[in-house]
Amino acid sequence: MEFLRRALNPWGEDVPIGVSWDLIWAAVIIGAIFVVGHALMVPKKVATGEIDEDEARGLPEKLQRHTPGARGFHWSMSIAMFALLITAFFPVVGIQFPWVTIHWIAGVLLILTVIYHIYHVFAKQDFWTMWIDRRDIAEGKQGLKAALGRPEGKRPRSGKYPVDQKMFHHAAMVVTLGAVVTGVLMMFRIENFLLPMNTYLFSDAAWGWVYVIHGVSGIGLIFLVIAHVYFAIRPEKRWMTWSMINGWIDRDRYLENHDPERWVVPEQGSAAELEASGGGGGQAAVSDRVRGEGP
Amino acid sequence: MAVIRDMIPPFELFQPAGVDDAVRLMEEHGDQGWVLAGGLDTFDWFKDRIKRPSAVIDLGGVDELRGISAGADGGFAIGAMTSLTTVAESADVMSAYPLLATAAVTVATPQIRNQGTLGGNIVQDTRCWYYRSGWPCYRAGGNICYAGTSRSMNREHCIMGASRCVAVNPSDTAPALVALDAEMVVASTSGERTYAATDFFIGPDLDIERMTVIEPGDLLTQIRLPAPWSGARHYFEKVRDRKSWDFSLASVASMLNVEGGVIRDARLVVNGIAPYPVRMGAAEAAVRGREPSDETGQMAGEIAVEGSRALRHNDYKIALTRNLVKRAIRDAA
Repeated sequence: MEFLRRALNPWGEDVPIGVSWDLIWAAVIIGAIFVVGHALMVPKKVATGEIDEDEARGLPEKLQRHTPGARGFHWSMSIAMFALLITAFFPVVGIQFPWVTIHWIAGVLLILTVIYHIYHVFAKQDFWTMWIDRRDIAEGKQGLKAALGRPEGKRPRSGKYPVDQKMFHHAAMVVTLGAVVTGVLMMFRIENFLLPMNTYLFSDAAWGWVYVIHGVSGIGLIFLVIAHVYFAIRPEKRWMTWSMINGWIDRDRYLENHDPERWVVPEQGSAAELEASGGGGGQAAVSDRVRGEGP
Repeated sequence: MAVIRDMIPPFELFQPAGVDDAVRLMEEHGDQGWVLAGGLDTFDWFKDRIKRPSAVIDLGGVDELRGISAGADGGFAIGAMTSLTTVAESADVMSAYPLLATAAVTVATPQIRNQGTLGGNIVQDTRCWYYRSGWPCYRAGGNICYAGTSRSMNREHCIMGASRCVAVNPSDTAPALVALDAEMVVASTSGERTYAATDFFIGPDLDIERMTVIEPGDLLTQIRLPAPWSGARHYFEKVRDRKSWDFSLASVASMLNVEGGVIRDARLVVNGIAPYPVRMGAAEAAVRGREPSDETGQMAGEIAVEGSRALRHNDYKIALTRNLVKRAIRDAA
């Protein structure tokens, strides 16, 4: 199996022209192995139902986990991402349709959602809630040991986002930015009403690497989407998936899975009050860094 | 331009005696196999050492792919390996489908028509000289259209239907077959499929590396022509730089069903202006119910070029298309 497609350009230079399409199948197979392996090896986490009454005191029945803006971003990005993956890879594997226009328009939608997300994170949410600190690492280690059948005591509760979600977010961020930056450059190679065609922007070799990075990012996204969808439908994670639809988690889920010290919600706050207090769940979350307990 | 070399790279030659053997060999060799019909497109590629298949499947011995036979529905079936001379000189084709006979006789030279086949003429690759030079353009699996830059020489390229690639379909018989509502029969190890001619040719928006629906392992075996329109008028014109021998800059094929001096039905197809033969559906609709006059032709020509866009040095194709369509309406006989 080759990793790069190469060709001789008109000047006889051996240049990369893209990533090998064999890697599409490699990503699908690795994703399938991961899903099957995880489903077989990692037992479903059963809710203990053990709630500390002191912690529960003053908390509303429902707590906002995702604001309407955050949910809108997530589902808009999902639509764009699926459209991009389908238009990118279906034609390669033999399902032919006019894909180029749909692909770049979906790419523009993705860029708009990413811009909104960045704005939302800095203006409306707490940037540091997604930061991985030493307690996340400890949480991850214990989670890994439990998954391998060597649990060490009770698994610590996470902040607003568990460490595996944070790792997924960062991996998705890297490959999405890779795809977005190279995708914008590639729009100079096709007809569109946003950017003028200019094939002379880079040398053939540099253009080749733009295509390689775009391809690697896209193939990486295949694996990440497989993993993301798999975790979204796992029974013990579905409450998180539902929260991305309705925005809320109930108090018991919050107390069972989240450390109130790390994801602080105002006391006595109803959902409506939380929303009114300044942006909803994002504002409800106070990061370790803000509390002075961060790394 | 590519340098023609004398030595063709080595390959293993297979000479099947039947279609079943041919498609089995094609399946076996996949994209490393090359189907040889008349060889007129093939040997350019081989001598330029741009295409280097490991196996060549020569259809010269597959007799069942040759000949013209009457169909049950009043139409005719032409084997894909039937020579262009046979098609052009067939009494049946000349009487029932003079449009096709006229188109076939405009292909290249008498020697080439003796050797070239109808199937080969239909599925031949584009003549875009950037692509034929062996450069890694989109059509060759690369990531650029060398003909799509601001400094490209686009005199022969398309004015419509471009999608990253701007190459045009070079076939002379293709527009005639689309205008005649022909069907293409394609065989593979999984069976036989039939495509309407208009669906047989595809653009780069659908697949930038192919000009037809033919994929590795597929073999065009037969061209089926429906019963001809009774009393229909036809028109074919090929415009080229040298009348003695050249690929077309643009060509037009029309079929008009005229009753009482009024066009009842029409087929208008232009080739050489897009990556596929363009059926001018809007113009066809516009001329129905009108006299095949100069005015009607002028109107059809204007409609035909709507949405067209010239590249560098090929804006003449817009005027050419307009006039070809006008003549295809006005002068159909």
